[in-house]
Amino acid sequence: MALEPSLEPSLPGAGEAGFPPAPAGVSAEGRGPWSLAFRRLLRNRVALAFGALFVLIVAFVLAAPLWANDVAHTGPNATHTTEKISVDGERREVVNLEGVPIGPVYLGADGKFFLGADGGLGRDEMVRLMYGGRTSLFVGIVAALITTVLATLLGLIAGYYRGWADAVISRSMDVIWAFPVLLLGIALGTALAVGGLKIGPLSLSSGSIWIPILIIGFVYVPYMGRAVRGEVLALREKEFVEAAVAQGAGPLRVMFGELLPNLSTTIIVFFTLNIANSMLLEAGLSFLGAGVQPPNSSWGTMLAEGFEQITSAPQLAIIPGTMILLTVLAANVFGDGVRDALDPKSKVRLEARAGKVEPEGTAV
Amino acid sequence: MARFAARRLVGMILVLFAISVIVFAIFNVIPNSDPAVRMAGKTADAQLIENVRKEWGFDDSLPQQYMTTMKKIFTGDLISYTERANVDEKIVEGVPQTFSLCIGAAVIWMFFGILFGYLSAVRAGGWLDRVLTVVSVAGISIPVVWLGVILLNFFCYKLELFPTGGYVGFTEDPVQWAYHLILPWLTLAFISVGFYSRVLRSNMLDAMSEDYVRTARAKGLSERRVMTRHVLRNSLIPIVTLFGLDFGATLGGGAILTEAVFGLEGIGQYAFEATTNLDLPPVMAITLFGAFFIVFFNALVDIAYAYLDPRVRLGTSAQ
Repeated sequence: MALEPSLEPSLPGAGEAGFPPAPAGVSAEGRGPWSLAFRRLLRNRVALAFGALFVLIVAFVLAAPLWANDVAHTGPNATHTTEKISVDGERREVVNLEGVPIGPVYLGADGKFFLGADGGLGRDEMVRLMYGGRTSLFVGIVAALITTVLATLLGLIAGYYRGWADAVISRSMDVIWAFPVLLLGIALGTALAVGGLKIGPLSLSSGSIWIPILIIGFVYVPYMGRAVRGEVLALREKEFVEAAVAQGAGPLRVMFGELLPNLSTTIIVFFTLNIANSMLLEAGLSFLGAGVQPPNSSWGTMLAEGFEQITSAPQLAIIPGTMILLTVLAANVFGDGVRDALDPKSKVRLEARAGKVEPEGTAV
Repeated sequence: MARFAARRLVGMILVLFAISVIVFAIFNVIPNSDPAVRMAGKTADAQLIENVRKEWGFDDSLPQQYMTTMKKIFTGDLISYTERANVDEKIVEGVPQTFSLCIGAAVIWMFFGILFGYLSAVRAGGWLDRVLTVVSVAGISIPVVWLGVILLNFFCYKLELFPTGGYVGFTEDPVQWAYHLILPWLTLAFISVGFYSRVLRSNMLDAMSEDYVRTARAKGLSERRVMTRHVLRNSLIPIVTLFGLDFGATLGGGAILTEAVFGLEGIGQYAFEATTNLDLPPVMAITLFGAFFIVFFNALVDIAYAYLDPRVRLGTSAQ
C-alpha cells in the first residue's frame, strides 16, 4: 500500500509475486515487509503518540538519581518526619501532628517534595515515584521477556513435534490457565516470600525482586503459548518447511531457522501486551502483599501503602495508580498500532488481548 | 453428543485434580514453613511441636496428607491452621458477598456491553463508536485498585453519596444491598463493558453483510426489526460464549482486588487472608472452588458449542 506504481520495467529480483516493483531510485530491492510495516506505523499518529509516552515514562524513571541528587536532595527511603520546609516562603511541616503528610507543593520548595510526602515517614513522594517506577517497569519488562521466551519455545516444541510433547505441554498449559491467575500468583508469592526459592544452583532470597518477576512471567505463559502453538501447527504444513526438510534440515534448523522468523509478528505483538499484563498483575499482587517485598518498592506497593491513607491523603494512591494506568495504556495502544502495522488483516484484534481466549469455532 | 460431554467432564476432573496437587505442592515444598512450628507458637518446645505434628498428621507421608486434606474438603471437616475454623463453613459465609458482587457486575457489563455494542454498530464511525474504542482500551489498561480508589475518593469521601464499604444482605434489605454494592459493581463491570461492546460491534458489522440480512430487508422488514431480530440475534452467540468464560473466571478469583478495595468479606478476601498466614487448608479449598467455576464454565461453553456446531463435536474443527 505504500508503493507507488512505477513505469520502470521491473528489475530482476525486485518485488515478490503480486507486488509492484519498487519505484526507481529508491531501492532496487523493493520494500521488504519490515520497511512497509514501519511506514504504516509512522502513519498511525495515535500509536506513535502513545509509544512516545512510553519512552517518556522510561526516561522519567531513568532520571530518578538525577532528580533525587540534584533537585530533591534526598533518597527514596530517607525520612523527613520531623522536618519543616519552606514553601513559597512559608514554613510548613512535612508531616503534621495528625500524621497527615504534606500534599504536592510542586516547585514551591525548589523541587523538594514536588508531589508532597508519603505519609507518616515523610519520604519524598516524587523521588519514591521515580524509583518505584524503575521496579515496576523492570518487573513488567523482564517478566514479559520471560513469558515471551518460554511461550515461544514451548509453542514451537508443541506445534512442531505434536504427539506426546504437544500433549504434555498443552495439558500443562490448560492446567495453569484454569488456575485463578491472582490466586496462583498470591499462593506462589506468599509461599516464596517466606522461604525464598532454591532450585539447584539458583537461589533467591525471600525479598528478592526476582520472585514476582518469575511468578508473573510464568503465569502468563499459556496465554501466549497457546497462540504460538496454533500458529506453528499451521506453519509447519507450509511448503517452505517441506523444502527445508528436503534440503536435510534437522528439527532445530526447521524450528529456529524456518518457523521462528515467521512467528516474529506474533512475538512482537504479544511482547508489548505481555508488558501491559505483567505490570497490571504486578500492581495487583503487590497491592495484596504478594508481589514486590520491602525494602523494594514499586508503583504497586506505593498504591497499597497509599490506599491505607485514602481518607487523609488520597493522592498517595491516585498518583502511583495513574502512573501504572498511563504505562499500561501506552503499551497497549502502541502494541495495537504495531500489530496493525505488521499485520493489517490480523485476527488478533484488541479484543483478543485481555486474556480472553476465543473458543474453537467462534467467529469473533 | 453424550460422548463429547463425558469426555469433557473427565478432562475437567483431571484438571481439577492437577490443580489440587499443585497447590498442595506449592505449600509443602517451601522451606521454613513447617506448619507445626508456626501453630505451636513462639514459646513452644520440641515436645509441643512434636505433639502438634502428630495431632494434625504432619508426620504422615505427603501423599497421605494430600489424601486426608482432599477427603476433608469433600466431607466438610477441613479445619484451618490459624483460626482453627471450619473452612467449608467460612467459604459458605463468603459466598453471598462474592456472588452478589459478581452477578450484579455481570448484569451491568452484559447490559451496557450489548447496548453500546448495538448502538455503535448501527452508527459505525459515529461519536459513540469512537468513545467506545477509547473505553475498551481503557478497560483493559486500568488497574482495578486505581479505579476503586478514584470512585471511593470521589463518591464516598468528597460527595458522600455512597457508603465506603460493608455489605447488607439481600434478604435483609434489597435497596441497601444494591446501594452498598453499586460502586464495586461498577468497578468490576467497567473492565468488561468496552470490551464486550467492541466484540459485539465487530460481529454485528460482519453479520450485516450476510445474505439473510439482505433477504430480511427485501421482505420489507423495518430496519429496526432487521437489526434486532436478525443481526443482533446472530451476533450474540460469541458474546454469550465469552460471558461464560469470563463469569467463571470472575467467580473463581477474578474479583479479589475489587473485594479488597471495597472491604467485602467474600471468598477472595478469605483466600487472601489465608495465604498471608500460609494457611494451607483454606487456600486449597478456595483454589479448587475457584478453579471449579473456571473449568465448569469452560466445559459448559464447549458443550454448548458442540451442541450448536457439529464440527466441534466430531473433532474436525480448526485448531
